[in-house]
Amino acid sequence: MGGTSGRPSTAIRVEGLSKTFDTAAVLHDFDLDVRAGELLGLLGPSGSGKTTLLRIIAGLDFPDRGRVLFGGDDATGLPVQKRAVGFVFQHYALFKHMSVADNIAYGLNARKRAERPDKAEIKRRVGDLLDLIKLSGFADRYPSQLSGGQRQRVALARALAVEPRVLLLDEPFGALDAQVRKDLRRWLREIHDRTGQTTIFVTHDQDEALELSDRVAVLDKGRLEQVGTPDEVQDNPASATVLKFLGDAVEVEAIAEGGQVRVDGRPVPGVVAPAGLIGPVKLHVRPWQFQLTDPSAAHLRGTVRSSHRSQGRQRIEVEHGPGRPLLVEDFDGERYAAGHPVGLRIVGGYVFA
Amino acid sequence: MTVSTKPRWRAKPRWRFRQPSVLPGFGITFGYTILCLSLVVLIPLGALVVRSSRLGLSGIWEVASDPRVASALKISFGVSLLAALTASVFGFLVAWVLTRYRFPGRRIVDAVVDLPFALPTAVAGIALAQVYAPNGIVGAQLEKIGIKAAYTPLGIFIAMVFIGLPFAVRTVQPLIAEIDKEVEEASATLGASRRATLWKVVLPPLIPAVLTGFALAFARGVGEYGSIIFIAGNLPYVSEIAPLLIVIKLSEYDYAGAAAIATIMLGISFLTLLAINLIQAWSRRRFGYV
Repeated sequence: MGGTSGRPSTAIRVEGLSKTFDTAAVLHDFDLDVRAGELLGLLGPSGSGKTTLLRIIAGLDFPDRGRVLFGGDDATGLPVQKRAVGFVFQHYALFKHMSVADNIAYGLNARKRAERPDKAEIKRRVGDLLDLIKLSGFADRYPSQLSGGQRQRVALARALAVEPRVLLLDEPFGALDAQVRKDLRRWLREIHDRTGQTTIFVTHDQDEALELSDRVAVLDKGRLEQVGTPDEVQDNPASATVLKFLGDAVEVEAIAEGGQVRVDGRPVPGVVAPAGLIGPVKLHVRPWQFQLTDPSAAHLRGTVRSSHRSQGRQRIEVEHGPGRPLLVEDFDGERYAAGHPVGLRIVGGYVFA
Repeated sequence: MTVSTKPRWRAKPRWRFRQPSVLPGFGITFGYTILCLSLVVLIPLGALVVRSSRLGLSGIWEVASDPRVASALKISFGVSLLAALTASVFGFLVAWVLTRYRFPGRRIVDAVVDLPFALPTAVAGIALAQVYAPNGIVGAQLEKIGIKAAYTPLGIFIAMVFIGLPFAVRTVQPLIAEIDKEVEEASATLGASRRATLWKVVLPPLIPAVLTGFALAFARGVGEYGSIIFIAGNLPYVSEIAPLLIVIKLSEYDYAGAAAIATIMLGISFLTLLAINLIQAWSRRRFGYV
């Protein structure tokens, strides 16, 4: 968790951003503050506007309305070259005709003569960055001779070389296979902890966002649904959309009365109905908020449809009247055969007004 | 299945003429390829060399050092070189405009580029001669500023640019279309100006294709006959091209002389193509393509 150092200052603020492509609106009146030094994840389904937001911050797209502020200064009209952002693309966008070292040095070499470091200094900086991305022996290779993960690390070093005010990553691990993705995630977190670089990354993978981010911003249909630490958005999702996007959940018919939520007449522990909410409500339950119990003491009864085991847990689909089966997650203990009658106790859940 | 003590797959791979493949018909297609290549390319070229070898090296040298032949060769190769350079530059611009911008009539312009491919060369030659003759539309204007286009080496140059242009356009066009927008954006985020992005990021990867287009336009220019003879005027020592000289030698029943000029052209063309292929191989390595 970041933000332990007194008052966190705002590095980037977007105010009232709206953007329409052709006829489809991709951002509606969008506000967001990015704190200095934090690693912020923009999480949302495809078409939620997260990449557009990132590109507007970078200066690669321009908003129809609204402002982008960098450290309090209005940067809305600033061309991309002057924004001092580091941008990493999903498909690396390396310069294929340049060696790894030339790729990394590109931003430094592109500077005006007066601001350009001398050759020895550029060489030293490239060497440092190659160490950072653990590709020291690869300076003279060409991008086509590297693996996907290595290419993306070079792209990151290239972006870091210009010492950007903010690092922007657009689905940085999207084109990589699962194992490489996990390694790179951990490695990116390490680099961030070491450099303290303000970083925004876009992803549609909730695990990635929750593991990597200091704070997560959940977007849907061009609006900000919620922003908070991974714990905050998981413990107190602001809406059913956020809840569903962060993981599996099933809806259970329930009754709210007197601040309690009851299913089949029995109160559900740990769930408080929003003040003033009375009558039938939908209770959203995560798979691990069910417990298998004796049918007589249960909130719900049903029969096992199927079950499978993975990594010390078992996931069981329970048939419960018409409609979608309930998804239950439990420790990998007793196995249940299909058709076995079970009772389900609900030990948590979420109700939205 | 018999079980052998020494499994086959462990044996040292044996050299084979044909790699194992599921595609049938290697024998017949390979044979057909060799037959066609022999009948159309290898045997005629071989016959040419045999024919001129009767003259011997000294005989060929004698033909080549004949002032009229030497000047024709110089004109053919020199003007082709200049025309191929020009076609490469203009062809690149045409390809760039056609792929990078959207404008009304783009498809029509794109189709027009292929006209020199499709047009009978004699038709092209007559058309060019009409337009560039002293009383033609363009020729009259050029005349006013003291430039004579038709019936001079400049006329040859114009005809060669005309027929070389589509080669230059069509070889670079697919590569320009493939330019990754994100690569340009990456360059911009790193602080590079539009101009720097163009020169350092966008253009260098296109160099091999430009060289290929240049080579094709050059080879076409050297061999071109039909469209040139109408506009060149064919004055010995001034605007007479080597292919025309071959025709003249043939009409004078000087078969050995014609074969000698042809062999010289073959040799020079071969060396030029070899040089350009080497440049391409180098640039491919230089630009990191595998």
